[in-house]
Formats: sequence, structure tokens, C-alpha cells
Amino acid sequence: MHEMSIAMQVVEIAVASIPPDLKGARVERVNLKIGKLSAVVPDSLQFCFSVAIESTLLEGAELFIEEVPVLAACGRCSHRWTIDAPVFCCPQCRSANLEILTGRELDIESIELYQEDENDDRLAP
Amino acid sequence: MTIDWLHDIAGYRHHQDFHKARHLHSGHGSARTVASKGARREIQVVRRVLDVNEKMAQHNRRLFAGKGVFVLNMMSSPGSGKTTILERTLAEIMPRIPSAVIVGDICTAHDAQRLAGSGAPVVQVNTDEFGGDCHLAAHVIEKAAAGIDLAAVDLLIVENVGNLVCPAEFDIGENVRVVVLSVTEGEDKPVKYPLMFRQCQAALLNKIDLLPYLDYDKQRAVDYIHQVNPQMPVFEISAQTGQGFDAWIRWLEKRSGATDGR
Ligand SMILES: Nc1nc2c(ncn2[C@@H]2O[C@H](COP(=O)(O)OP(=O)(O)O)[C@@H](O)[C@H]2O)c(=O)[nH]1
Ligand SMILES: [Mg+2]
Ligand SMILES: [Zn+2]
Repeated sequence: MHEMSIAMQVVEIAVASIPPDLKGARVERVNLKIGKLSAVVPDSLQFCFSVAIESTLLEGAELFIEEVPVLAACGRCSHRWTIDAPVFCCPQCRSANLEILTGRELDIESIELYQEDENDDRLAP
Repeated sequence: MTIDWLHDIAGYRHHQDFHKARHLHSGHGSARTVASKGARREIQVVRRVLDVNEKMAQHNRRLFAGKGVFVLNMMSSPGSGKTTILERTLAEIMPRIPSAVIVGDICTAHDAQRLAGSGAPVVQVNTDEFGGDCHLAAHVIEKAAAGIDLAAVDLLIVENVGNLVCPAEFDIGENVRVVVLSVTEGEDKPVKYPLMFRQCQAALLNKIDLLPYLDYDKQRAVDYIHQVNPQMPVFEISAQTGQGFDAWIRWLEKRSGATDGR
């Protein structure tokens, strides 16, 4: 339900990340990491993103979402495991003292730009 | 178990490789690439999407700490009884603990009117001014707090917008988070909304006065809460009758430091 405000933040950060000398480039893709424990529904975010990019420098860009599993480490026996059901205690020693290592991400990793201008060699690899 | 975990990680890596491969192909083999001499570049960003909110929340936390104000963020589904709990809680702690309330709602001022009799300053925030959001964000709290004389207050209670999903993701600069669950909702809310129950430090199980009339398995609800957050204190209360409020108020006083020096 808050995917629209998240999509707008994504657009804002992505637009601000376009280097000043590449303002004419087309943003093809925005790469996002979303932890499975975050309160974001990827499909809904995709939809909001498609709306939020209209008339911005991101128009036409695709959103790529990488979902990150919830990894936990036990503070007592050091066991590590993937939490794929809503049970938050160590499957080995039953301890509730656990650290969530991944799964809370809501991060913009990168943006991918495409520059049409063949005379512009600033982008040449 | 260890093998399962390695397997999972391997599966995850594989998934990433798969996407990397897709990534290399996506749009690259198209006629566009062949026809043009343009260039493609990936700019690393690596930023939390909500970092503007998180920075603002830290700002709020410093502001409140500087004024000696303890902040409680109360969250639940609509209708679980947050406003009723606040009415009774304020009646118990005011004026002993000088308190103020910020109440978030999508568009009405009903809750603020209900709380006005408590003697605590109440600021109503309607999120429709902020795009009809389903949660309170840190900048909204900052703006609302500007309308409160923080120097005269020890406890600020924020009644968040009724929703078990979104508010869990938005830090507002609070010191403690409490989730309310009423016995008229399903027992399985904690496992359906695990992030909320992980993020909070206590749960209030409200409307227990209705238990005799309901087919509600209270122990199951408590077990589900503990499955998600094993050490979470659960206070069984009725905001209608006041049952269970002593323990809740004691916990709140202890957490907020209001018992210090008393
Ligand atoms: N029987 C009963 N009803 C309650 C209790 N607490 C709240 N209610 C009722 O539940 C409804 C919603 O309460 P309200 O405080 O507005 O919920 P909020 O949306 O979470 O703020 C109201 O009609 C309240 O009178 C309770 O402990 N017992
Ligand atoms: Mg209310
Ligand atoms: Zn363990």
C-alpha cells in the first residue's frame, strides 16, 4: 500500500544519480534489492514504478527487482539458516537470540544508462 | 540443516547468476544495439530507498532526546482499539506523566476529538495531505511535533494510521513500538504480518472482555506472536473495562523512564 511512496523515492534517487554529463542518456533500467522480510510487494511496486516514471528522466526505464531471502544466524550456536516461514527461532538449538543477516533490504543498487550519441565517447568502455 | 542452508544459498546464487545472464541479454541483443553506436553504462548507486526517511527519523530522535521526551509508536489494524486504549492510558498517567499525542488518520479528526478530554495536547495528522499515505513518515511527525510544547512533555504517544504493513517499514524517530491486536481479528495476524511483530517491543491483545462471546483461541494468538517474536511481552487488556491495564501501564512507565526517581 505504501508502494507508491517507495516508487517515488526510487525515482527521486535514480534521477539524482544520473551523472550531470549524462543527462541526455536514456535510463534503461533501475536495479533494486528487496528483502523478503520488507513490507513491499514487488508486483505492486512494479506497477507504481511504471506510473511514477511518467514525464521524468526515467520514462521508459524498467525496474528490475532482486528478491533477497531472509538469512538468520543464531546468537547461541552460530547456526545459519534461511527463514522461509514466520518462525523466528533457531531450528538447531531453539534459541530466540538471532540476528537477521539479510532480508530487510530496500536498496537501489544501480541504474543502467544508454547513450545514443555516437560521437560522444565519454561512455566508451 | 547446514546442508539445507548451503543448498539455499547455492539456490540463491544460482538465481543471481540467472539474472545476471538475463541482465546481459536484456535489450542488448536487440536491433537497437546493432544499429546504433551508442554506449551503455551501469552507475552504482547502493542506497537505501528510505534513507531520506531514516535520516529524518534520526533527526527526530535527537530532537526528542534533547527535550527529554520519550516517544511511543502505537500501530494496529483499523478498529483494534488504539484510540480507546489511549483514552484510558492517558486517564491513568496524566497529569503524573505529562503526555502529548499525535494521531494519524487518512482523513478525519474524530480521534483527536475523542482524545481532547484527556488534558493532553493532541495533534491530528491527516495523511491525505501527504498523498493519502497508509503510514506516518518521519517528516510528518517532525511537522506535527512543532505544534507541541515538547519542553512541557515527558511522553509523546503516536497513534499511527491503521495498517499492519506499511508503518512497520517507516521509522518515525520513536523509542519504542507497540502493536495492538484485538480478539475480534484472526489469531494468525502475527504470522501474516511478521515484520510488524518483529519490529515491535510489546503487543497489546485488546478487547478480551469479548472473549466469552467469541470462538477465539487466545493461546493460539499468543503462540503465534511468540513464534515471530519469542521474547515479546503480551498484555491482555480490555480498553473497555480497564482489565489488564495495570501491567501495561507499569511496563510503559518503566520503558519510558517515568518511574525513575519516584
Ligand atoms: N468490547 C470492546 N470494544 C472495544 C475495546 N477497545 C475498543 N473497542 C471498540 O472498538 C472500536 C474501535 O476502537 P478504536 O479505539 O476507534 O480503534 P482504532 O481504530 O484502533 O483507534 C470502537 O467501537 C471501540 O469502542 C475493548 O477493549 N472492548
Ligand atoms: Mg483511532
Ligand atoms: Zn542455535
